[in-house]
This record gives sequence, C-alpha cells and structure tokens, in this order.
Amino acid sequence: MIHTRVPVRKDLTERIRRPPALLVLPLLLLVLILALAVASAHGSVSILPATAIRIILNGLGLARFPATWDPREEAILLTLRLPRVAGAALVGAALATAGALFQGLLRNPLADPYVVGTSGGAALGAVLGMMVGAQVTVLGFGIVPLAAFVGALAAMALVVGLAGVGGRLPAVTVLLAGFAVSSLLGYTVSLLLVLNDRLQLQMPRVYGWLLGGIAVTGWSELAVVGPLAVLTILATLGLARSLNALSLGEDGAARLGIAVERDKRLILVAGSLLTAAAVSISGLIGFVGLIVPHVTRLLCGPDHRLLLPATALAGASFLVLADLLARALLPPTELPVGIVTAFLGGPFFLWLLRHSRREYR
Amino acid sequence: MRGASLTLETVRFSYGAKPVLEGLDLHVPAGGMVALLGPNGSGKSTLLNLVTGVLRPRAGRVRIDSVDLAAIPPRVRARRIAMVPQMLSVPFAFTVREWVSLGRTPYLSPLGGERAEDKEAVARAMQQAQVEDLAERLVGEISGGERQRAALALALAQQPALLLLDEATAHLDVHHQMALLALVRHLNREEGLTVLAAIHDLNLAALWFDRLLLLHDRHLVADGPSAEVLRPELLESVFRSRVSVLQHPTEGVSIVALQKPVASGEEVTRRPDETVARR
Repeated sequence: MIHTRVPVRKDLTERIRRPPALLVLPLLLLVLILALAVASAHGSVSILPATAIRIILNGLGLARFPATWDPREEAILLTLRLPRVAGAALVGAALATAGALFQGLLRNPLADPYVVGTSGGAALGAVLGMMVGAQVTVLGFGIVPLAAFVGALAAMALVVGLAGVGGRLPAVTVLLAGFAVSSLLGYTVSLLLVLNDRLQLQMPRVYGWLLGGIAVTGWSELAVVGPLAVLTILATLGLARSLNALSLGEDGAARLGIAVERDKRLILVAGSLLTAAAVSISGLIGFVGLIVPHVTRLLCGPDHRLLLPATALAGASFLVLADLLARALLPPTELPVGIVTAFLGGPFFLWLLRHSRREYR
Repeated sequence: MRGASLTLETVRFSYGAKPVLEGLDLHVPAGGMVALLGPNGSGKSTLLNLVTGVLRPRAGRVRIDSVDLAAIPPRVRARRIAMVPQMLSVPFAFTVREWVSLGRTPYLSPLGGERAEDKEAVARAMQQAQVEDLAERLVGEISGGERQRAALALALAQQPALLLLDEATAHLDVHHQMALLALVRHLNREEGLTVLAAIHDLNLAALWFDRLLLLHDRHLVADGPSAEVLRPELLESVFRSRVSVLQHPTEGVSIVALQKPVASGEEVTRRPDETVARR
C-alpha cells in the first residue's frame, strides 16, 4: 500500500513544448532551398534568387517554368555556382551530422567531428599531398583531397586501435587518444612546414586549407563524395535509437538490449567517413560540427531520430550561408569559410551558454 | 506483470586477476523482495551487472525462470530484467516522457516509431512511479527524488519481471527514500514483480525487504530475515564498525544503531582494502 503520494511542486511546473516533429524537417528543407537559391544567385554575374529557384526546380525536373532568362545565366548557375553551393551544403550536412554522432556517442557536448583525430590525420594527408604536387591525380581524383580523406580515416583507425581495452572501447579513452593523436599529427604538419622548402613556398595554400574553404569548381568533384555523404547520413538513422539509449551510459544502453560495442564502432566509422568526406573537399572548417547539433537540439529536442536529419539540413543551410558571406563580405577577396564560421559560431555559442539554461545546467 | 525467479549457480567473477565473486549460489523465487547488503567493493554491483547481462560470469550460470541468461538474446533479456541505477546525469535535455520512453527500446524495431501499446506502457509506467505530472518537464530540472522515480518509470516501461535496484536511494533524503521504496514494495506486492536491491542502508533494508543477503569477501555470508542477518558480531566483522542491534518499536524487524569506536578512531578508519577500486 502506498502511504504517501508525493506532492507535485508547483513552483517549477514549466512544461517543454517542442514544435511538431512533422513540421521541423519540411521547414528546415525550405530554409535550405532558399539558402541554396540566394547563395547561387550571388556572384560576379548576378542572377535574381527567384530566377535561380526556377532554374534549379527546372533542373531537378520538379517544375517546368518557361525559360524567360538568359541561357548564359542558366549555364553559369548550373555548371559553376550550383556545384559550389551544393558542395558547401554537403560539407555542412556531413560535419554537423558527424558532430551530433560524436556528441551522442561520447555524451559530451564539446565533442566535434574532429575528436577522433580526423583533423590531424586529414591535415597531414593534405600536406603530404601538396608535397607530392597538388596537380598529381590518382584515378581521376586530386592527390590533396584523396590524401586528406585517407589521412582522416587512418587517424580514426589509429585512435580506435589505441583506445581499445580488452575488446571494449571506453568513451573516455577515445577522447584522450583522439586528442593525443590529433595533436601529434598536427605538430607533424608544423614540423614538415618548417623543414620542407617546397611546402614553405606553398604556405598560403597550406594555411588556406587549414582554415577551410569550399574547393569545388564542378560537379565531378562531388561525384564520389556527394553520394558517400548522403548515403552515410541516411544510414546513421539506423543508429538513432542506439544513440538515444547511449544517453543512459554504456551499461544503461546494454541493459536496454543495445549491442553497445558494435554500435559504438558503427557510429565512429560513420562519423569519421562523414568528416573525411567533408575535409577532402573543404579543408578543416571549425564550429559547424560543434554548434549546429546544439542549436538543433534546442529546436527539436534530443531524440536522434529527428535530431540527425534535422542537424544535417541545418548544417547544410548554415554552411551555404557562411560560404556566401565568405564570398560576399570583402569582394574581390574570398575569405576562408572557417573564419566566417568561427566569427558566426563562436559568439553564438557563447550566447547559447549564457542564455540556454535548459541544455547546459 | 508476473515476477520471474532468479537463480545463480556457483557463479564466479573476476576483473582481470582480482576475484570478486566466488562459487556464489543464490535463489530468489518469483515475487521475492530481497535486499543485497555488503561493504563497498564486496561485489554487489557486480552481482547485479551479472544478472542484467552487462557482465558475463567467468564460471557458473545465471538463470531467469530456469532459463540460462547467456542463451537469451539481449533484446529479449531487456524485456525481462530492468534496473534502476544510482542517480545518473542526463547529458541532453530530455523531458521525463521522452526519457521514460527509452525503456521501450527493446520493444521497437530500429527505424519504427512508438506504437499505441508503447505509448500505453510509458503512460502506465509513469503512473506507477507517480511521475505523470512531470511528463513534460526536463529530467535535468526536476529534483533528485523525482528523477529517481522517473528512472523507476523508465525501468517499468521495459515491463520487466525482475526489477533490480543498484543503490537507487543512495542520494535521496529520508522522505524520498521511503517514497521510492514504498512504490517498489507496492509493485512487488500488487503485481508480483521480483525485486533484488543492492542497498547500503541496513535499516531501510530491514524495513522494506522480506529477506536480506550479506555479501562479504566474495561470498554470501548471511541470508534471511532481518533478525537472522542483522547480528552484531557478524555486522562488526563485515563492516568493521561497532553496532547495537535493536528491535524496531513498531515494525517488528531488527534495526541497527551505530556506535562510536571504543578507543582511538584508527581501528575503523584504516581499512586495508579501501584502496582497491571496485571496477
């Protein structure tokens, strides 16, 4: 028999209202389409955003607007501008999703796509590629993106290998090993820069790569990375329930019947693939993978079934707009997009820390 | 909800070379309400983790309703056995309802959403643990006592036949300790749920549990009602503290009163095994 019924405290009865899940994704998709239109409309030949949307919708086969525009506009938009903004969208989606995956896996709000050493590995790969010669291609791919991609995955493999303890992979050792490997590889890059004359001549290029920039000039550069990123993001939806359960800790997730060790590895591999895909076409862009998942969580809550697709869409929009600012702020100079994301993301993150008691207390 | 029986047969477990449990035999019948006592590091949590299947015994067997636990797939196991842990930090802003819904994980397909029966199970679990009024509040913003009731609701959403508590009342004040254990006892009496609870507070154990187990030095050293287990000489050797055992004035159970050490404090403060980490 229950002898006391616990009274409900009336002083703290604030209820959480979240927007309906069915509205969040269409809304974010709409934002992304608008961002793509505005970003692809901007450039040396200016195209009206409304025209850009019509051309894009026609190109996708979603509409048949009569072509009242200059055919040269259509050519510029479809072959030059769209690959670039699509590249920005892909990179943003991939980095933001990877950030959400790692934050969920490590139960750590400071985790970002690079926590498992991928930034150091990618940087070392890219710099080695530049030493060989940026014009070299392997199987049709530029050596720099390819080496960055391979470097990122190799660093992740090294971290996972080092962090394993008796068949288990504790989150804390992953974080520590990731930090150590990333630092070590980053300083190896510094050492190479000091010692290698050829690299010193390319210093602005190396520096630009480390700060990040969307290096996409045509669709062919997205031919592999695009499908890889999109398919990986879709596949991560299958891990959403495990990520939710992992918020109870690894033992808690195991008690709910989750195959924790298997799913942890799948999450690490998916996050690292996304990061590697992103860095291969954009260098190291900071803040996207850190802040976008936080903002999305505020918007739609911590359920990864909604959070992961919402984060991908929000990350895509954010980087498309950041890339637009990078091109538009100080013409004709094109700022490294990493500087823009840092200037937008840093202060915003600080504001979030101070004003969002819900997420960070 | 029908309770399940739990049987441990000569279970041995060690972390690396350090043995934690040895040749442990134990039977808890369906509908039992049993407390697991013992000093820090005596293996209480290890024993519970062996029963949830998070750990595997090095030797021996754990049976649920006479079925070997090792032969039960993890998802099926999670529908039979649930645990309320010590107070957890919640890394993200879950509402109580969202958090309790995590208990449905073993019932859901990887991509499918919650069905009507899942929503009903969550609503019923919240009602049983008396957290319905907190449903749309954030887990991080409710009090410790409320959070542990939410953790109980999460476990109940798994619709278990065996409920484990691992120091679930450890950080709660007297009122919330009593309220949580009253809820658990109600589930045990009315629904037949089998309960096994690791607990430090000897008097809470005596008050709420039919049977007490005392773990010490890798073995079960006592098993029975409070009058049989709470004996001064046994408790003094196991807990290295001076105690008096009294009769509870109204509840008909034995209770323990701590006494200060006779001479200096050294005898009780110097504990050779205290440096040994539990995990």
